[in-house]
Amino acid sequence: MLAFPELFFYLFATIAVLSAVGVVVSSNPVKATLLLVLTFAACAGIWLLLRAEFLAIMLILVYVGAVMVLFLFVVMMLDINLTSLKQRVSSYLPLGVMVMLVIFAELTWVFLSDTPTSVSSDKISSENVGNTLLLGELMFTEHLYSFELAALILLVAMILALVLTLGNFNQTPSKNLDVAKQVRVSSKDRLKIIKMESEDG
Amino acid sequence: MVELIDVLIFSALLLMIGIGGIFLNRKNLIIILLCIELILLAVNTNFIAFAYFLNDLNGQIFVFFILTVAAAEAAIGLAILLLLFRNKGSLAVDDISELKG
Repeated sequence: MLAFPELFFYLFATIAVLSAVGVVVSSNPVKATLLLVLTFAACAGIWLLLRAEFLAIMLILVYVGAVMVLFLFVVMMLDINLTSLKQRVSSYLPLGVMVMLVIFAELTWVFLSDTPTSVSSDKISSENVGNTLLLGELMFTEHLYSFELAALILLVAMILALVLTLGNFNQTPSKNLDVAKQVRVSSKDRLKIIKMESEDG
Repeated sequence: MVELIDVLIFSALLLMIGIGGIFLNRKNLIIILLCIELILLAVNTNFIAFAYFLNDLNGQIFVFFILTVAAAEAAIGLAILLLLFRNKGSLAVDDISELKG
């Protein structure tokens, strides 16, 4: 009989790995995105078991709630022809499977050969002090400059995304007024007198 | 209780699936972005496992910054994806080969 944390660890790990496989093999991008949301949710459960409560909640709120919803919006806005996405078996299949197996074997070999022994985890969170408080104390003292740098990165990303998507100037000309052009204008440019016959009746 | 090696192998599996997905996928650029998210999730899980088992909170700080950068990367990646789809009308990986010399 498995203990309570182990049982949930294996449950979440199975869900996460299976839905990750689903992300890769699914041919419908909407389904793939939703399966990735499931992977994130299962991983947040594992993070909770590892006492990273603040980050687990942030993964759900920020990542699933904002970033993945952005993905879903974009995927649904793009009018992709679904029949053209049906995967034939790619010619890269042997290479890809080989790379996967080599990476996994190498990582497992390293992990099994030299795994550090675990120690008690009273610094991460304890009965009295929560994980969020400890994380916040560390972040706003020791890592304050990196924190502000992260804000700058987000600002740059936001501006860049706007410039990339709104910046096709030749299709929508800018509405700024060119003063010199307005001053130079004469009555001939604006007014045209045409002679036309008057209609009968 | 769960041992460190269990979490490490779990995150290695996620990393493997993510990298394999980038290799196997030839039809859809969106899946490649999703695979990058998967790889970053595996890395974050690794950091959190080590933070727990080595009793060092700096690992969790690092995960926080990785999440920030990943969000920025997702936003810019999606903007590029949108532009690409507007200009070329398809998202197949094989069509995007203009940088070949």
